[in-house]
Amino acid sequence: MAARIACISVAASLAHGVATAGALPERLADTGLFVSGSITEVHPGNLPFTPQYPLWSDGAAKRRWLYIPAGKSIDASKPDAWEFPAGTKLWKEFSQGRRVETRMIERLGDGTWRFAAYVWNEQGTGATLAPESGIAALPVSSAPRGRYTIPGEADCRACHEGAAVPVLGVGALQLSADRDQLAPHAEPRKVGDLDLHGLVERGWLRNVPAQMLKTPPRIKAETTVARAALGYLHGNCGHCHNDNGAPPPVDLLLSQSATEAGVDKVMQSLLGALTRYRAQGADASHAIEPGHPEKSVLVARMRSRNPHNQMPPLGTQVADNEAIELIERWIRNQPQPSKEPLR
Amino acid sequence: MKTSNLEDVRLTLIATALTGLAWIAFTQPLLAADGAKTVATPADKVARGKYLVTTSGCNDCHTPWKVGASGPEPDMSRMLSGHPEKMELPAPPQPSGPWIVAAAATNTAWSGPWGVSFTANLTPDKETGLGKWSLRQFSDTIRTGRHLGRGRPILPPMPIPMYKHFTDEDLAAIYAYLQTIPPIQNRVPEPVAPKQ
Repeated sequence: MAARIACISVAASLAHGVATAGALPERLADTGLFVSGSITEVHPGNLPFTPQYPLWSDGAAKRRWLYIPAGKSIDASKPDAWEFPAGTKLWKEFSQGRRVETRMIERLGDGTWRFAAYVWNEQGTGATLAPESGIAALPVSSAPRGRYTIPGEADCRACHEGAAVPVLGVGALQLSADRDQLAPHAEPRKVGDLDLHGLVERGWLRNVPAQMLKTPPRIKAETTVARAALGYLHGNCGHCHNDNGAPPPVDLLLSQSATEAGVDKVMQSLLGALTRYRAQGADASHAIEPGHPEKSVLVARMRSRNPHNQMPPLGTQVADNEAIELIERWIRNQPQPSKEPLR
Repeated sequence: MKTSNLEDVRLTLIATALTGLAWIAFTQPLLAADGAKTVATPADKVARGKYLVTTSGCNDCHTPWKVGASGPEPDMSRMLSGHPEKMELPAPPQPSGPWIVAAAATNTAWSGPWGVSFTANLTPDKETGLGKWSLRQFSDTIRTGRHLGRGRPILPPMPIPMYKHFTDEDLAAIYAYLQTIPPIQNRVPEPVAPKQ
């Protein structure tokens, strides 16, 4: 009986276009991103979105799309861990002068997620599935240093599976209508881009707290610089440095909550425990030393592109100078912690 | 088919079955005398982890070596605590010809094209070892070759290309054993990048 139910379930899933584990399409054109016969016209069922705190990818220009199967929706009961239905697909296109790569995430019928990268040919006439191990140095003349790294599947999982939900760019804070104008590399919301209200109106999002729709989520920082700095850390570091999924044991939390004032928790971790990491010959230090960006481990590791100690540890070969300048300004303006007299 | 061929086939099948049984006996939960399956106890898991750690050569690099009465040997008073924090090392020798790798006398510091790597503290010390690590983080590290499964690359000579093939059960056993050994506070230095 159980086997029969399983068979019926699989058949029903396939009828709705929900994939099961198996071979990925060899061509991007066969993943459902574009209308049939095109490699430029995006299928109208796939809607664009632009997170307010984008991930730094060595200056690559990006476009992103979300697909939710007909009749299905995202459950937002847990505001920081949306539950996406089976059949969900997301694509992200990376351009360095030309289209170089399009990544895809898909939720399968059994609830697991799969990750794929498609590499565009130089003529831009098609993109094919990259090897599972990725491509360490794809020659791309317009990319920094003339080479581009296609992530392997394990690299995809390294970042995406560190968070409560592997979808990092579609969430309450990232798609808030109250967008941060100071966010590094902020892209203006384009016509047709999804936001919280758009998702709800389309029927793609349910169980959103009413208060969240009334007052869009916003990082509750004291200054605009602090808000942008914390938002950058959320978008670029929070998928690993969080207490939602599998946090590294470094006591450094950088992800923000969409519902509560996550600022205090993040600041305590930034100013509190000494970092596990210590540069060669250096004494123990905090992630940030108020007033002293030059003594702050956070800045040193953001600036480094030595693969042994750079942060983020993968997905970038060039430091994000705009973000470093913002973070330095924020640390410089941080008040010194009060020194209480000994009792 | 001739009788002798049938006999060969029969013997082959018997030998294959015995090999399989031996493998099952070693890798699967034990069967009691009455045939009922017995679940491996935590002690069984720790014992298997100790066996794997011992036979897989973890002490070769993660326990500092000293010169004993019989020559170089692992200093088990510092078992699996990684490269000694306070050990001062001069710059490694320059590679010459096909000799591109050098190791310190402790066997805990290695120089090669990747720079200089120092073996990790595998004891359950909370601040400098694996005391705060979860099983998933430990397994992800071995599977992916990245620190905690998502950080910097794990460097040579750690045999990640081989160890990533450990089964989930074996990794769980190794993790369980490592959490039982004496914690040793020893903050291993960060790796040194190769000179450009």
